[in-house]
Amino acid sequence: MISHKSQVTSLKLKLFLICFLLGIWNLGVVTVFAQSISSADLIANAKAHDGKIVEYEGELIGSVLGRGDFVWLNLNDGANAIGVWAPCSMAQDIRRAGSYGVRGDWLGVSGVFHRACVEHGGGLDIHAYGLIVLQEGSVVHETITRKKVLLLSLFLGVLACLLIIHILQTRRSSR
Amino acid sequence: MILRPQVLDLRIISHFLGKVVLGFGIMMAVPIAAAILFGETVPIIDFAISLFLSLSVGYLLVLCARLPKATQMSWMHGMVVVSLAWVVCMFLGAIPLLLSGHWQSYLDACFETMSGLATTGLVLVQDLDHLSHAANLWRHLIMFLGGQGIIVVALSFLVKGGPGAFRLYVGEAREEKILPNVVETAKFIWFVSFVYLVLGTLALAACGVWACGMPVREAIFHGACNFMAAFDTGGFTPQSQNIIYYQSIFYELATIVIMIWGSINFNLHYAVWTGRRKELLRDIEIRTFLVTLAIVTVLTLVGLGKGHVYLGPVNLIRRGFYQVVSGHTGTGFQTIYAQQFTGEWGSLAMIGVIMAMAFGVSACSTTGGIKMLRVGLIAKAFKEDVKRFLTSESAVVTTKFRHLRDLFLDDKLVRSAALITIAYILLYLGGAVVGCFFGYPFLQSLFESTSAAGNVGLSCGITQVSMPVLLKITYIIQMWAGRLEFISVFVLGAFMISFFRGK
Repeated sequence: MISHKSQVTSLKLKLFLICFLLGIWNLGVVTVFAQSISSADLIANAKAHDGKIVEYEGELIGSVLGRGDFVWLNLNDGANAIGVWAPCSMAQDIRRAGSYGVRGDWLGVSGVFHRACVEHGGGLDIHAYGLIVLQEGSVVHETITRKKVLLLSLFLGVLACLLIIHILQTRRSSR
Repeated sequence: MILRPQVLDLRIISHFLGKVVLGFGIMMAVPIAAAILFGETVPIIDFAISLFLSLSVGYLLVLCARLPKATQMSWMHGMVVVSLAWVVCMFLGAIPLLLSGHWQSYLDACFETMSGLATTGLVLVQDLDHLSHAANLWRHLIMFLGGQGIIVVALSFLVKGGPGAFRLYVGEAREEKILPNVVETAKFIWFVSFVYLVLGTLALAACGVWACGMPVREAIFHGACNFMAAFDTGGFTPQSQNIIYYQSIFYELATIVIMIWGSINFNLHYAVWTGRRKELLRDIEIRTFLVTLAIVTVLTLVGLGKGHVYLGPVNLIRRGFYQVVSGHTGTGFQTIYAQQFTGEWGSLAMIGVIMAMAFGVSACSTTGGIKMLRVGLIAKAFKEDVKRFLTSESAVVTTKFRHLRDLFLDDKLVRSAALITIAYILLYLGGAVVGCFFGYPFLQSLFESTSAAGNVGLSCGITQVSMPVLLKITYIIQMWAGRLEFISVFVLGAFMISFFRGK
């Protein structure tokens, strides 16, 4: 009887522990994955985030910088750009990197944040273990405004007039 | 009694100012060519507007002057032309930047232009990662022009030689001629710079492709931009992350070499070109540079080590030593984020970098700051005075030093070095006081002020679009005065006073 009671108690305790641990784990995961952290927060509070799993998102800018089986992806969230170290296989879905006239893919990354990464010479970076294209990039078309055309015509006219005056002045002085 | 400047004075100033503006305006054809090459339509219009406006201003100034051919330029004219030319070029050079839409105000665009011309490297650009190739090239080109000297540009192509040319040349904080003729000197500076530009661009492009994994076209573009910024100790880069973007130790090492090479006196470059390589190790500037570099490196690395900021020698070199070299050479390239200086580095390491920035490297180079020649001379004067106390009163104590040739230390040299050094220290402190006035902590204010006045470009986070307008203007004045080494600016001030109050 005693042994049965103790067995039940032990089982309840184990169940409680499992639920508790699952809860904590789940809570942690929810906390980490629920909202991405900003670059400003990561840089300003780098010590607090060092070695922790973070979710970060931003526009891929520049180029995908290939390094053997890995790539460097520089993601700009609007305030700063942070380097993300990821295996090549993760970067397969990437279509566009941001530059002049191109809005790059908006990527979401989950990975380990390093304040001073020992593997990469003390740099501040994220080592990705998950990457997703949240929004595909696009081409941005700039148009020439009427105001600019007017300004161009005006200054061209002024310059032409000054050149004519200069030529006339030079001719007169040479006589 | 102060004498009011005559009409002829104004005409002389107007004529040469016009020539310099014309030279500067013509340079806007380069980004137009880049825009055509990269298929960027709108930037072509932006730069064409700025080009036509600059040429119009230049021609207008020359036409208004109607200067007789035999007119000679005095020292006062030369100094006023130089200091005014820098301001006028700032206003004109900012126009294409403003038209690009990446600067919030005209003041911000002027700040960026003066930062480029003075080879500082502090930035107020927004969304740099989407800036056109043409505008990006212009940012780096003005750094290249300002580094070699706007006046050097004009001397090379538009102004004839003679004493007037030399007065313009000196006004731009260059007292040493490399060749007997100042126009030949200017042409030599350009020749050397272009040869280095080609070689440096190729080296950085190769690093970009093989070490960084960049596409070839981008690697060449970045190589050219970063070479201009590194050799002219400027500090702009085509991406918002500065040198962090490349994530490569090879790229960092290559830029370290270029930064140091660019900070060397052009006379020493000439010595190397003519086979006198030993001059490099004998010159007082290089020797002083090696000593001060060692001191500030130790100070910074001890500070970083004490705070356990970076682990291991490689990390300390890539993050600590890199910032020291960048600061000392007056470049301003960063391999850390601006906020990391204040958030992680600690006071001692920051003081190390502030000292590095304050020193600068060579006279007749593109670096800013006090300069090694002056630091070396003051140190030698101290040593000589101590020696004088230790020897008998009748003994004659002399000190010899090597700067391009063997020279003896005299009081006039030391006085001149001490005066400029004091002026720089006051300028650093003045900017720091303004920063403190706006509520920034003293150390951060001093850091940013030294960076601006020493034409460095490292930032601890104060330089932002949101910073007070008065602080932006203060930094513009610091960059301008620091680059021209005060004399031209003081002469311009005196000229203005005499214009309004003279009889």
